[in-house]
Amino acid sequence: MSDQRFELKVNGRISPVNVDPTTPLLYVLRDELELDGPHFGCGLAQCGACTVQLDGVAVRSCVIPVSAVGTQEVTTIEGLAVEGKMSALQTALVEAQAPQCGYCMPGITMSASALLKETPHPTDAQIRQALDGNLCRCGSHTRVLRAVKAAAGSPT
Amino acid sequence: MSGAATSLGRRDFLAGASALIVAIGTTREAAIGERPSETSPFGTATYANADSWLALDANGNVTVSWGKVEQGTGIETAIAQIVADELDVPFDSVRVLQGDTDRTPDQGYTAGSQSLSAGAIPVRRAAAFVRVTLIQIAAQRLNVSADTLTTRDGAVVSKAGPQVHLRYAELVPSGRVNRIVPDDVVLKPVSAYQVVRKSIPRVDIPAKLDGSYRYVQNVRIPGMMHARMVHPQRLGQVARAIDGASLGDLRSRVRVVHKNAFVAVVAQREWDAVQAAKLLKVTWAGGAPLPAENQLDAVLRASAGRDDVVLNKGNVSSASGKTLRATYHWPFQSHGSIGPSCGLADVRETSVTIWSGTEGSFFLKRSIAALLGRSPDQVVVRWVEGSGAYGHNGADDAAAAAAIVSQEIGKPVRMQWMRYDETAWDPKGPAMLFDLEAVLDADGRIGAWSFHGRSPTHVGRPNGTAATLLAGRLTGLGPPTPFFVGGDRNAATNYDIPKQHIVLTNLTSSPLRPSSLRGLGGTANTFANESFVDELAHAAGADPIAFRMRHLSDPRAQAVLEAVRPAYAAGRGVAFVRYENVNAYVAAVVDLDVDRSSGAIALRHVWIAHDCGLVVNPNGLRNQIEGNVIQGSSRALRERVRFAPAGVTSVDWMTYPILRFSEVPEIDVTLVDRPDQPIMGAGEATTTVMAPAIANAVFAQTGARLRDVPFTPDAVKAALLR
Repeated sequence: MSDQRFELKVNGRISPVNVDPTTPLLYVLRDELELDGPHFGCGLAQCGACTVQLDGVAVRSCVIPVSAVGTQEVTTIEGLAVEGKMSALQTALVEAQAPQCGYCMPGITMSASALLKETPHPTDAQIRQALDGNLCRCGSHTRVLRAVKAAAGSPT
Repeated sequence: MSGAATSLGRRDFLAGASALIVAIGTTREAAIGERPSETSPFGTATYANADSWLALDANGNVTVSWGKVEQGTGIETAIAQIVADELDVPFDSVRVLQGDTDRTPDQGYTAGSQSLSAGAIPVRRAAAFVRVTLIQIAAQRLNVSADTLTTRDGAVVSKAGPQVHLRYAELVPSGRVNRIVPDDVVLKPVSAYQVVRKSIPRVDIPAKLDGSYRYVQNVRIPGMMHARMVHPQRLGQVARAIDGASLGDLRSRVRVVHKNAFVAVVAQREWDAVQAAKLLKVTWAGGAPLPAENQLDAVLRASAGRDDVVLNKGNVSSASGKTLRATYHWPFQSHGSIGPSCGLADVRETSVTIWSGTEGSFFLKRSIAALLGRSPDQVVVRWVEGSGAYGHNGADDAAAAAAIVSQEIGKPVRMQWMRYDETAWDPKGPAMLFDLEAVLDADGRIGAWSFHGRSPTHVGRPNGTAATLLAGRLTGLGPPTPFFVGGDRNAATNYDIPKQHIVLTNLTSSPLRPSSLRGLGGTANTFANESFVDELAHAAGADPIAFRMRHLSDPRAQAVLEAVRPAYAAGRGVAFVRYENVNAYVAAVVDLDVDRSSGAIALRHVWIAHDCGLVVNPNGLRNQIEGNVIQGSSRALRERVRFAPAGVTSVDWMTYPILRFSEVPEIDVTLVDRPDQPIMGAGEATTTVMAPAIANAVFAQTGARLRDVPFTPDAVKAALLR
């Protein structure tokens, strides 16, 4: 298809792009806006490495065409910082020394952040449920669960 | 990021004009510059033939260069801790260069959990030598005896009192001074280490949480094109016809690169390349079919191979008592990297620059040179961390494919494998099978033990030839000469058994391209051995921990089993390993639930006791062990490469499932710290005990013995019915 112009709201800024409207949001964020936090993992909404938030809801950016974003606010891991400082959730993940390779971690963080927005004090089962679509191969799971629990109740 | 494929000299990475540079090696040029590798094709070279260099600049900053690479295991942090201690500088002042062929020494592969043990030695020696050199410079300047001086926190100070305090930065000679580390340099006793043994936060972690970490997937080269592979169904096929019209409107924006069975699409826009790879219609022909999946056992038994006797002591056939026999199977498994491999290449007239998450930059450099028909001198490999690999995943192959496409189109290329490329085409951890037989004597001891394993090689890594690269195979080369490594890892146990016959048949062929996956043969061998020991313990009517202890005389082995004993109870499973028979000691206890109607196993709790000698970074070590528990459990419970005669059919996370957040157990780790003992690796050991500990727990609860990995619900149900 021929290119169309979209004015995306990403991390609080209006970002105009000219792209094929079928392009998944992930490639627009990475290639047009040079936001490297959302990672390509499968292109099939199976692993969660590309997770971003649309109006605060965690979505898989690898399967959402840019044309479907509309006026929704896109938040990537780069947009979680508050006044240049990592959010409480990110800080908790650092303190837990959770990542190994870390490739899955921005996606996990965005899923967990969406959970904490909706459910500020989740149970262990709710955290596991919310992260079940995010795969991690290094085995950071128990540290992530601990960190999300520790960040519960803080602004995310 | 500059796209220029110039060979950046090491000096460009040091700030300022002055620096004290020391090298381990026979000559300065050999130590610091490019040179042919003398390292073995596997593991880590000793410091006699591996080099390292370390530079102290006039700002007091330390740059250490080594040939190992971070793989998410925290070794970048750990090596900086070691340098900080050996050199007496603040941890923050140490920077580590890794894995670039034009600025780091060749230390072979980052493999075998050897990075901190053997790999750290040249770095420690270099740091120790800089420290004594600085003391000598200070002594000369002050005209005092060097014996009166020592070092503290980045400064030379007097032993007696506060009279002398010269910061290292003040002692750096003007200009670039190169020294060779003499053979007799004395290392600090580890008891004097202060930064080592602390849980220093990992240096790579903050950027991994704010999205700024530079993975190879994030590297951008000006003017680069986006490429995708169109892989055949299986090796041996050729692309007989390519229907360009199948690209439709994309045809004008996409170029097809084709040579034999190598087919790639390349476009300016990534999404165009992604779509084109899906749309392009290729007629594949030829190629021997794969065996049917249920024929794997027969194929492994029928394949030609070389019998290697790992251990032969006593006459096993002369033992008398109760004889037990069992056969175990391990499947082909994928590395399962979350990020499919990505490599970039800028191939020009006289230079080739490669960006890759490879675990063996120098080998990849030579293999790519061979693939492109270039001199190795023209090729530079820049290591950039990729998604976790746990061995030889697709990283090298994606980079080589990028090189072919870049050479063809004359532009820099970013080759990103898709999910199906990685899951179907990463080199596979090989399938293995084991026939075991043992005799229990009248005292309930193992009198004789026979082990016959069959395995393809566990190392198919780039070795300087093009045939070790998938791109080499696709462009028409036959399989590389197999180099038998890894199948015999932990084939023998550490148990005291008077009569043993341990044989490994190294198979010369493999239905799928085999290579290194965490633990190599140690993972499958330990599954067979520790399951069989458990079978013997039950046959002897013995407590599984006591039974193992009865056959272990090494106090460190006994100590890890003692450490998990409080966690042991009826219905739980135990396993023990001394990794590679000479490295880390690990004992595991697993608690789980078996759903008898569905056959599903739910892990509840895993306890690990771990002794790998001196602990460099306790929290980093715990993270490694926890990761091994989860990944090892995932491999045991879920993972097997699926295939049919036409090709591999497990191509995504539905067809190759791994453990999820809802399925991970609680994990308790006991570290047995041995500060007086050498560092041993921790990257793989715990993986090896998970499958047997789980199988043994299932047996303890249900009486059903699981001898084939993975323990899927269907397999468990079948075992329950037997």
